[in-house]
Amino acid sequence: MSTITFRLNEKNISLEADPASRLLDLLREDLGLSAVKEGCGEGECGACSVLKDGVLVNSCMVPVGTIEHCSIETLEGLRETDEGRCIIEAFADTGAVQCGFCTPGMVMASIALLRSNARPTLEEIKVALSGNLCRCTGYDMIIKGVQLAAERGDGIW
Amino acid sequence: MVKTYRPENLQEALRIRRETHAVPLAGGTDLMVRYRSWAGTLPKFPWPVLFINHLTELKTMGLREDGLHIGAGVTLSEIEREMEAPQALRAAVSEMAAPALRNLGTLAGNICNASPAGDAVCVLYALDAQVVLTSLSGARTVSVMDFITGPGRKDLNDDELMTDIIIPHANFSHVSYRKVGTRKANALSKMSFCALAKTKLGRIDDVRIAFGAVGPTVVRSWETEKKLLGMDADDLKDHLSAIHDDYDAMIHPIDDQRSTAVYRKQVSLNLLDQFLQNLVKEL
Repeated sequence: MSTITFRLNEKNISLEADPASRLLDLLREDLGLSAVKEGCGEGECGACSVLKDGVLVNSCMVPVGTIEHCSIETLEGLRETDEGRCIIEAFADTGAVQCGFCTPGMVMASIALLRSNARPTLEEIKVALSGNLCRCTGYDMIIKGVQLAAERGDGIW
Repeated sequence: MVKTYRPENLQEALRIRRETHAVPLAGGTDLMVRYRSWAGTLPKFPWPVLFINHLTELKTMGLREDGLHIGAGVTLSEIEREMEAPQALRAAVSEMAAPALRNLGTLAGNICNASPAGDAVCVLYALDAQVVLTSLSGARTVSVMDFITGPGRKDLNDDELMTDIIIPHANFSHVSYRKVGTRKANALSKMSFCALAKTKLGRIDDVRIAFGAVGPTVVRSWETEKKLLGMDADDLKDHLSAIHDDYDAMIHPIDDQRSTAVYRKQVSLNLLDQFLQNLVKEL
């Protein structure tokens, strides 16, 4: 075990963890942040997406030893912000949520996209969400949700 | 419990590498899958692990006299956005995995994984790319094709780290890169194809053709490329079937869960024919 120091949802945190363990397990099991989902555990589904220093990553691929001094953002930290609320409301209004398992990852991927590109094209949205699997919606409503969030959230990203 | 190391700088990383032979982990996108275990349990790494993705010495990318240098810690996303990177490399990188994985994975990792299906590797063969391998005793530079010796096998000593990738300067008037996979994102290749050519006064001045995932390592033939040099449109037209047959004899794919040998070979030769036929039209 080692002491790992990082920033989690805008708060500094320091805890004992095995550096080889997965960020996904640290967030879910040790810190109780259950918005982070484990779908495939091998980087294929995007359900465990979080932001590491502002960029989208699969937390199942990230050993805890590599997040020292990094900033990690999860849905728990974003859902009460203007950005988070904008996307969540847009997803609700377009019917982008069915079973909900992929939704936290989809929201994280959408925030990562809109922060770097506030007016994405359809193709850019598809690429940004290409690592996130949804087995319910057929993606159309999720894409519409991102478009609606881009429209409504002009200037907040 | 596996021992892990997080060095403060490259020098310390090289010392740890020499003393412990710990295996370097940059993005983790290959190793975390290969050694994954049940949810909530530790990955089963069979050796100590050396984290290198935070080392600033490995994060630089830029043009130098001998070509574009890409540090071993530069992510695939960073290469995708790098305007100085060759078009074929940016194309290959932008089709690898998906954005979140490209934000973690590195080109050096893709090379060190030494998979015959490594998408970027096929392009690096065509670009005559080299890798810099550094240890406490010094650094050596070898070509990517000499570095990868077989599926998963590479010429890396247990005290060395790959620190840099060098892509020599070259301009091409014809660039073709194709990845054939089951779906657009997150698919491992059934096969990949990279062809580059430069024409001058209606003749072929430079040409490189590489096929990925159709043999134990990437297939590229200097002998056949040499035959193509100097050809004009009529020469090339007359030699299309001979060139096709040359590669037909060289490509030996296998059947596996992703595709069949027959399909891989057919697609490879179709892509080759298409590239050469376009070249005939544009010479």
